[in-house]
Amino acid sequence: MMCEDIINVTHLTKTFNGFTAVDHISFSVRAGEIFAFLGPNGAGKSTTINMLTTLLRPTSGNILLNGYDPVVSPHKVRQSFGIVFQDPSLDEDLTAWENMDYHGVLYNISKDIRNKRIEELLTIVELWERRKDQVKKFSGGMKRRLEIARGLLHHPKILFLDEPTLGLDPQTRSLIWNYIKGLNESEGTTIFLTTHYMEEAERVAHRIAIIDHGKIIVQGTPDELKVQTGTSSLEGAFIALTGRDIREEEPNNLEQMRMRRKIFRRHHR
Amino acid sequence: MKVIYILWLRQLKRYFRSKARIVGSLGQPLLFFVALGFGFGPIYTRAGGGNYIQFLAPGIITMSILFTATFSGIEVLWDRRFGFLKETLVAPVSRLQIMLGRTFGGATVAVVQGLIVFLLSVIVGFRPTTLSMIPLALLYMVLIAITFTALGTAIASFIEDMQGFQIIINFLIMPLFFLSGALFPLENLPKAVIIISTINPLAYGVDGLRGTLINMAHFGLATDFVILGCIAVFVLLAGAYLFSKIEV
Repeated sequence: MMCEDIINVTHLTKTFNGFTAVDHISFSVRAGEIFAFLGPNGAGKSTTINMLTTLLRPTSGNILLNGYDPVVSPHKVRQSFGIVFQDPSLDEDLTAWENMDYHGVLYNISKDIRNKRIEELLTIVELWERRKDQVKKFSGGMKRRLEIARGLLHHPKILFLDEPTLGLDPQTRSLIWNYIKGLNESEGTTIFLTTHYMEEAERVAHRIAIIDHGKIIVQGTPDELKVQTGTSSLEGAFIALTGRDIREEEPNNLEQMRMRRKIFRRHHR
Repeated sequence: MKVIYILWLRQLKRYFRSKARIVGSLGQPLLFFVALGFGFGPIYTRAGGGNYIQFLAPGIITMSILFTATFSGIEVLWDRRFGFLKETLVAPVSRLQIMLGRTFGGATVAVVQGLIVFLLSVIVGFRPTTLSMIPLALLYMVLIAITFTALGTAIASFIEDMQGFQIIINFLIMPLFFLSGALFPLENLPKAVIIISTINPLAYGVDGLRGTLINMAHFGLATDFVILGCIAVFVLLAGAYLFSKIEV
């Protein structure tokens, strides 16, 4: 069971008006593993996820997800996965509970299980007390937590997590990772995640692929990557492989911090 | 079925939670009643047409349904901007169900809006001639609402920016409205205008409402029903097709 590929991607390519966002990438994810898909901003992570999750049509190449091709049988593919998007995707006029319930109905979860899981998940992300409040009254962190809870509601075979813990405090991150690991172990859910927190990826991922400029530059276990680059942490390996240049596309918090530190040092020399 | 229901329910919740939207959308019909109804009323009566408010009210009800219905397509664009569209599109539900849920939701809101304007018209002096025909009038209101909500949603599925959507919708519904017979009778008009009105789906909606509310139909109620019904089904199917092509 562990060796069976649940996602199989071959020569996948996506171009937007002449710009190649994803360039002939091939990789596979085994059933039941936690797979981290890492890369600097603008490397092609989200474009790849959008193609895997039926939101974008590939320019060329093949995808098999749970045995189905997203272009040929999108419905079958949609039945196989759940996703927590990188960008907000909540209805802010609805309450927390209504957002969860809407999701549950779309994924055909019976009312009993729906209600039970909504309570369980909202409690985990500490939003149960606020379930009757409209989402527009929530802070950024609360919205993020709600979104993760919603993505976990229907226990899919494959769960895509696109930078799930961005902007969350360490306590919540730890709680959420415990839940996700539990789901992975007890239900055998395959986890496909992207993150900029290298220590997180190192801790949870069984295997890692690093993508840069639309191409996969390396694949392997965290240990293999460290050995290959002669570094002691995944963060070291990541920087050794992708270079130190800061990317044009919206730098994340960590990168902004580094940038500021660089400028600060320069001024105080 | 449950999927269509939850999508429908969502539109309704969003509508009833936005009091500003409900009150704000009454301004335009009220203005039309005051400016046209009371402004042109005396001339219309002198020309032998009878009470202009009686003639005008079904037209204004149609107008408010038309505007609410077509502009509800903009919610697709809002959902795109707030990312909620993705949440719906990755779900294992058929695009036809999504399209139907959205359309019925938007259409219900448009009909509610139409009923509010109907009450408003009674306040300014409109009196339906046969009260027993009001349920039938509701049927025509529903058909108008479904047709134009589906049209708005279909257009919204391939246009991505809000300004563009508003310009196209205005460009489309202004002629539809002014050449539908909502404001003036279609009798004794220049041939060209009559031809345009005959191919204007809204004309059959206005006619159906006027036929049921004040017993004055130009095309005939059966014709109105068949033509409007066919157009509604056609726009729904075309919309579902366009909706299935959406990429985020």
